[in-house]
Amino acid sequence: MKQLVLLGLVFAVIGLAPFVISSEFTLNLVIMVLYAALLGQAWNILGGYGGQFSFGHAAYFGTGAYTVAVLQVQLGINPWLGLVAGGVMAMLVAAFIGFATFRYGLRGSYFALVTLAFAEVLRILSNSVPFTGAGVGILIPLDQSAANFQFASKQGFFWVIWVMTLAAFATVWWIGKSRFGAQLMAVRDNEDAARALGVEAFKVKMGAIMLSGLFSGLAGVFYAQYFLYLDPYIAYGPAISIESLLVPIVGGLGTLFGPLLGAIGLHLISEATRELIGDLPGISLVIYGIVLVIMVLFMPRGLAGLVRRLWPKPAPAKAQATEGGHA
Amino acid sequence: MLEVRGLVKSFGGVKASNNVSLSVPEGRITSLIGPNGAGKTTLFALITGFHKPDAGSVHFLGEDITGLPPEKIAQRGMVRTFQIVQPFAGQTVRENIAVGAHLHVQSRADALEKAEDVAGKVGLGDRLDMDAASLTVAGRKRLEVARALATDPKLILFDEVLAGLNPSEIRDVIPVIRAVREEGVTILLIEHVMQAVMSLSEHTWVLNQGALIAEGTPADVVGHPLVVEAYLGKGMAERIAKREAHHA
Ligand SMILES: Nc1ncnc2c1ncn2[C@@H]1O[C@H](COP(=O)(O)OP(=O)(O)OP(=O)(O)O)[C@@H](O)[C@H]1O
Ligand SMILES: [Mg+2]
Repeated sequence: MKQLVLLGLVFAVIGLAPFVISSEFTLNLVIMVLYAALLGQAWNILGGYGGQFSFGHAAYFGTGAYTVAVLQVQLGINPWLGLVAGGVMAMLVAAFIGFATFRYGLRGSYFALVTLAFAEVLRILSNSVPFTGAGVGILIPLDQSAANFQFASKQGFFWVIWVMTLAAFATVWWIGKSRFGAQLMAVRDNEDAARALGVEAFKVKMGAIMLSGLFSGLAGVFYAQYFLYLDPYIAYGPAISIESLLVPIVGGLGTLFGPLLGAIGLHLISEATRELIGDLPGISLVIYGIVLVIMVLFMPRGLAGLVRRLWPKPAPAKAQATEGGHA
Repeated sequence: MLEVRGLVKSFGGVKASNNVSLSVPEGRITSLIGPNGAGKTTLFALITGFHKPDAGSVHFLGEDITGLPPEKIAQRGMVRTFQIVQPFAGQTVRENIAVGAHLHVQSRADALEKAEDVAGKVGLGDRLDMDAASLTVAGRKRLEVARALATDPKLILFDEVLAGLNPSEIRDVIPVIRAVREEGVTILLIEHVMQAVMSLSEHTWVLNQGALIAEGTPADVVGHPLVVEAYLGKGMAERIAKREAHHA
């Protein structure tokens, strides 16, 4: 309950941004932080709460993005409908990948590699079929109106990403308070023990990957409408997969607020490096790699773990600190 | 309530389970003993769906459950504990037990409350908010029992819940196991601690090299020549008999 209040408070404060920020540049920054938090939270559902480390979340992101773009450009379907279709398609792709991997009990690095392979297959496919624009990419024609999911000002986009991100965070809050979440974390921590207690590990993991895919897909839809251009490398390339996992790892795996902290932290770092070194191509991946190594070595509980250490929650007399899923 | 017929399981060349048949009666505590590597844990794994038998069948409450996955078997009311304890590390004792409680309880609050209840029964009531990973060995064994109990099972298979405990801890846990039975739960246990087998169980099966070699009351079974041989080596039963004849 306390977490829900905190969540409401945090999003209310973020919701002040369009009223107090007049600079488009700064508002764009807030939008990109929310967008990264959404990507990260999507990954966190499966990776942080479910313990299934995916290296291929671009598969869902790209599917969401291409769905809204292709429906619009090729079939003239309204992007608001495309948003729904994009979320659903991403979820179906997630269901397919989940079925193909969990059915055969793939875990750990095998699961990670197979998800990476799926994303790469989709990248190559989108690079060769004509309706995605193949290697040239796909350009969504500029036609600014709210009915067309293209806003003249950044404020409209802000509210879309705010709602999407809030929905993802509310879902994860629910996970932390539900039977589904308890079973998911049990599967993460010890699958055999969970099954011995009657937990349907396969179903639980399917639920997690589909929710995860849904929110990644929504991030993809948002990206397509915000930037109006996609190509196979943007949509299905490894950069999105890496960003998806880096955000919650930096912020705190399996915690509600971790992805938000991670998104803020990573954006601060990348803005700082841009100030210091300028816009070198590929520099962000280098920085991400360094950050990942530092986090894994020195702060395995991420920024949320750091926050918890600085402000320990008032624990009952005999209790010890427990962070699993509760930061 | 549990009928095991002709279970066979080989790992490579090792016959870990060799044509094992047994029948567990409802409402009792029965036990399974045998030397290390006899195939006791393997038999539990076969019964609860963690391994698929090469041959044979398992019936529970009159229904064929051979080949069902472990979660389905747990849902029908048979759960096992693990000899090598398997806590959900990083989660509290309360959260660990609640996973079991969730088998029949939808609401999180109710499951957590039930976990508290069960923790009290097994003597973990004062460690509810501790990380399961920081429990002592004895604490973890109790946690195994508690999680299984929280699923409201009809039959529990305990795999060496007393191993690694000191004599005073064993004395503490034995009444816990008895109390479980008093609540109407049938128990089959694997145990090396003979004191516990003797005091808890009415009927015992002896397994050696994958096969059942004897059964009966614990007192009968320990004097059985095949059992003595299984534990102490070939020819031992004969030598003991000779020595006893000599002394007489
Ligand atoms: N998964 C497995 N793969 C290969 N061999 C196995 C496997 N599980 C058990 N075995 C072998 O099967 C035999 C029986 O092992 P099991 O663990 O069932 O014995 P146990 O009676 O429980 O012994 P202990 O008293 O030491 O627990 C042993 O020889 C063991 O090495
Ligand atoms: Mg064993």
